[in-house]
Amino acid sequence: MTEAQHIQAILRLGDDALVLGQRLSAWCGHGPILEEDIALSNMALDLIGQARNFYTLAGARENAGRDEDQLAFFRTDREFQNHLLLELPNGHFGDTIVRHMFFSAFALERYAFLTRQLFDAEVAGIAAKAVKELQYHWEHAAKWVIRLGDGTDESHEKVQTSVNDMWAYTGEFFDADDIDQAGQETGLLPDLSVLAKAWQTRVEACLSQATLTKPDATWAQKGGKQGMHTEHLSYMLAEMQVLPRTYPDATW
Amino acid sequence: MSSTQHEWPLWEVFIRSRQGLGHKHAGSLHAADAEMAIQHARDVYTRRQEGVSIWVVPAEAITASSPDDKDAMFDPANDKIYRHPTFYKLPDEVNNM
Repeated sequence: MTEAQHIQAILRLGDDALVLGQRLSAWCGHGPILEEDIALSNMALDLIGQARNFYTLAGARENAGRDEDQLAFFRTDREFQNHLLLELPNGHFGDTIVRHMFFSAFALERYAFLTRQLFDAEVAGIAAKAVKELQYHWEHAAKWVIRLGDGTDESHEKVQTSVNDMWAYTGEFFDADDIDQAGQETGLLPDLSVLAKAWQTRVEACLSQATLTKPDATWAQKGGKQGMHTEHLSYMLAEMQVLPRTYPDATW
Repeated sequence: MSSTQHEWPLWEVFIRSRQGLGHKHAGSLHAADAEMAIQHARDVYTRRQEGVSIWVVPAEAITASSPDDKDAMFDPANDKIYRHPTFYKLPDEVNNM
């Protein structure tokens, strides 16, 4: 793994966390009930905190004078390398919670691996904090999927549609590209085929308890890790980045 | 009384702080079931490291004393100062009295 690939791998971890954190933060003040509003905001803050750690580390390794803010606010959509699933609009609460269940099952397993790898101790340190946060995200999201799936006819139908609609975006988690492969060879990143099995075990148990049907295998939407995004990301970034881009010296 | 329940039931939340010996009432919240109540309590009441343990109790399971009985319940203790342990000297080894 080249040093450039190593930095890209750290940036990707930050991008996943930031993009989903920004999406979730839009629920603040709009949650279905006050308690869930706070829960979603807490999870958004967890993710944004993880992004800050990864960006600060990537910036330091890159040693080109870019800090966390530069990496978050002064890169374009083509430079973001998050998974496509995370940039999709929030939809209704069921959509958001199904997406979070899919992602947290993946992120939890990925962080668990990152805490164990010995290639990069600083990444392991960030992951050790994040893995506890993601354990909670997984439990919160999975229990909600079970409640909604095994709830009323209406809630069942709605989350089954969420599962069906987003299923095609989950394949990208396990689609290894050259950075994933190089990372796996050096020991920094997990073998994505092994991660896929752990993910399937979690997700299938959740769907089955929720009386939801696992969709048939389908093609996987991909390209996010290479900077080829859906049309939704640039709109999200425009909103997220407008203030620092308009007033680069603004502080608060 | 409404025939349909539009709101989730109310739960009372008790938190044990890091130094605390007992759970203290922290507040209340709405949740559909006990597990959700624990998760919501964690999110609402322990965001600033307030606790190391949480109890949730359905609010309807609590029987409270009536404010109307206040005088009969509590006033008789007013003039019984000898019930306070202030007349005794505690050995240093006795903690947490």
